[in-house]
Amino acid sequence: MTVIFKEETFHDDFTFRNSPEAVKRFPFPFPEDSYMYSVNLEPHKSYRPGSVYERTFDVDEHYVSEMRDRARVLAEDPLRCQSLPHMTLAGWDLLELIMTSKAEEYPELFELHRDGAKWHWINRPLGIEQKFTFLDETTLPYGPMEYITRQTQGDFAVLDQRDENLWMDAGMVTTQADWSLDFDIGMNFFEWHAPVPKAHEMGIFQRALKFLLNVQQGSPARRLNWTMTVNPLLDTSPENYHKWGVMKKDLTLENMGQMMHLRVELQTFFRLPRSNALVFPIRCYLIKLDELVTVPKWARRFHRVIRDLPAELATYKGFVTNRPKIVEWLSKYDDGAPTSPGIWAD
Amino acid sequence: MSAGAAKIPVTVAEVTPVNELVTRFKFVRRDGGPMPTFSGGAHTVVEMNDRDRVRRNPYSIMSDPGDRGAYSISIRRDDNGRGGSLFMHRQVRPGMEMVISNPVNLFALDLRARKHLLLAGGIGITPFLAQIKQLSAMNGNFELHYSVRSASLASYADELVANHRSRVHLYHDERGEQIDLPALLDGQPLGTHVYVCGPKGMIAWVRNTATALGWPREAVHHEEFLAPASGKPFEVMLARSNKLIRVGEHQSLLEAIEAAGVEAPYLCRGGACGQCETDVLEHEGTFLHKDHWLTPTQCASGTKIMPCVSRFEGRTLVLDR
Ligand code: FES
Repeated sequence: MTVIFKEETFHDDFTFRNSPEAVKRFPFPFPEDSYMYSVNLEPHKSYRPGSVYERTFDVDEHYVSEMRDRARVLAEDPLRCQSLPHMTLAGWDLLELIMTSKAEEYPELFELHRDGAKWHWINRPLGIEQKFTFLDETTLPYGPMEYITRQTQGDFAVLDQRDENLWMDAGMVTTQADWSLDFDIGMNFFEWHAPVPKAHEMGIFQRALKFLLNVQQGSPARRLNWTMTVNPLLDTSPENYHKWGVMKKDLTLENMGQMMHLRVELQTFFRLPRSNALVFPIRCYLIKLDELVTVPKWARRFHRVIRDLPAELATYKGFVTNRPKIVEWLSKYDDGAPTSPGIWAD
Repeated sequence: MSAGAAKIPVTVAEVTPVNELVTRFKFVRRDGGPMPTFSGGAHTVVEMNDRDRVRRNPYSIMSDPGDRGAYSISIRRDDNGRGGSLFMHRQVRPGMEMVISNPVNLFALDLRARKHLLLAGGIGITPFLAQIKQLSAMNGNFELHYSVRSASLASYADELVANHRSRVHLYHDERGEQIDLPALLDGQPLGTHVYVCGPKGMIAWVRNTATALGWPREAVHHEEFLAPASGKPFEVMLARSNKLIRVGEHQSLLEAIEAAGVEAPYLCRGGACGQCETDVLEHEGTFLHKDHWLTPTQCASGTKIMPCVSRFEGRTLVLDR
């Protein structure tokens, strides 16, 4: 497989675009014409060659530009990456997981040579070559979690497991949908999920936590989540709300197709072997509405989902004021025909 | 989710008698590859094909978490048990092919601890052997207090003393030695976590003493896999699979469900992990709850049972399985 890495930005001039191939593999999150919050977890197994589910960590055409964006965000705000002292071992676990799976699944892009604790890592797309000693922090330019997540798309919440709960004790978070590692660090599962409407009453968190506590080594899990973002912003952090929140006001029927983006998170869950911690990579995929409606099934279904979404969910996801406009725009692409089940384009 | 953790086909590489009651077993992967990395305190479930039945028992992995070449476990022979340990002692030979589960850790070190105080009784030493190797590799601060029946039954005591003389304290029952627990717990620096693994009485003693001395619950860790109790045979209706099964005297409800070809989740098979929790749809009779998982209220409600260790006496039991 060859990936052609694109030069693009996720800020200022917003040159981010999906190629037609990237549109085709987009993880459209709606298996049916309506949406309700659910746990929707499944095993993270390789599935559908070419899809975002094929590899352990998906590397796509946006890789190099996304990593540049991460470096930019970190330079402005180093608190986007934090790790409490007891989480260093989990950072090594994560580094090992990412390096071994990338080297195995993308041999033309990444190489890992191991001679006992002497490791040699080559990352071709980013032009990185690093020799280091596994478990010796002084041999890397950053801590192990920061080092490897500066080279891996998606955010990373690294959770300590104790007292029948999960604690957000480390993370790299620069592409988030309006939450903040700096606010959430040290919180447990219920604390950091406190703002989600309805889910508590439905007992969803109790069930989800129970599932996650039992995620086993060698049996990772995944789910999709989604929201909407005006402009292709990876970094929609609460810290920067004053910068991106105002962009929502610029939305018109004319610029809708270019400015409005469906934002899908592929969340995966892995048990880390040395630390027994759980890592929760959250990979963000963006697609403009103009790109989305090139797939007729998605266009129809997305119109119906957005139109019928309960108001509190539209509010929680931050687009309730723009919803009438979005629905009006999407309605032009809904001819009323039935949609086929499942998320993939026909 | 499927039953149990992912499985590993292994070959028995070594069977080593440790003393008159304990034998060590070493497993390597059949395909020659490395074992999955694990952390100190993890267990593996060993499947035993004992004539017409499959036994599955959890055992702590005692080898070095840094060594991916093999897993070792130590098993104490229990002549009055249900037969798993006797099968391992009598039937298992080097070269035999077996299946074990991926490691699962229900007894992990709390890596925030400034000091790890490890309290072992008898065969309860096994998870600590791996934890001590892990802690030594990280320069962790630990202290082991190991209580044994007699010098000849003190599994791995010599090795522990040889490698960590200043950190290991041994107590021989036959010499009337006992851990001075209140003094030990009282003298610990702030940020110490205590871990206990051993007989039921020892676990209760440590937990109660720690509570009485004001230790926070989160700083006291224990592990105990209960062996499923034997009892009167009983019948169970599995509603979803539409099967009527019979649980034998020396069989657990979980084993009977599996023997009927019905998939049932589990991780520890010892009443500790919560994975096997099953809804009771109907019952007329008494539950014999044995697990560490259900709350007293849940037990009293008659709506849940943990089939890995618990039993039932009565006329009807219908499960959602
Ligand atoms: S299998 Fe763990 S509690 Fe039953």
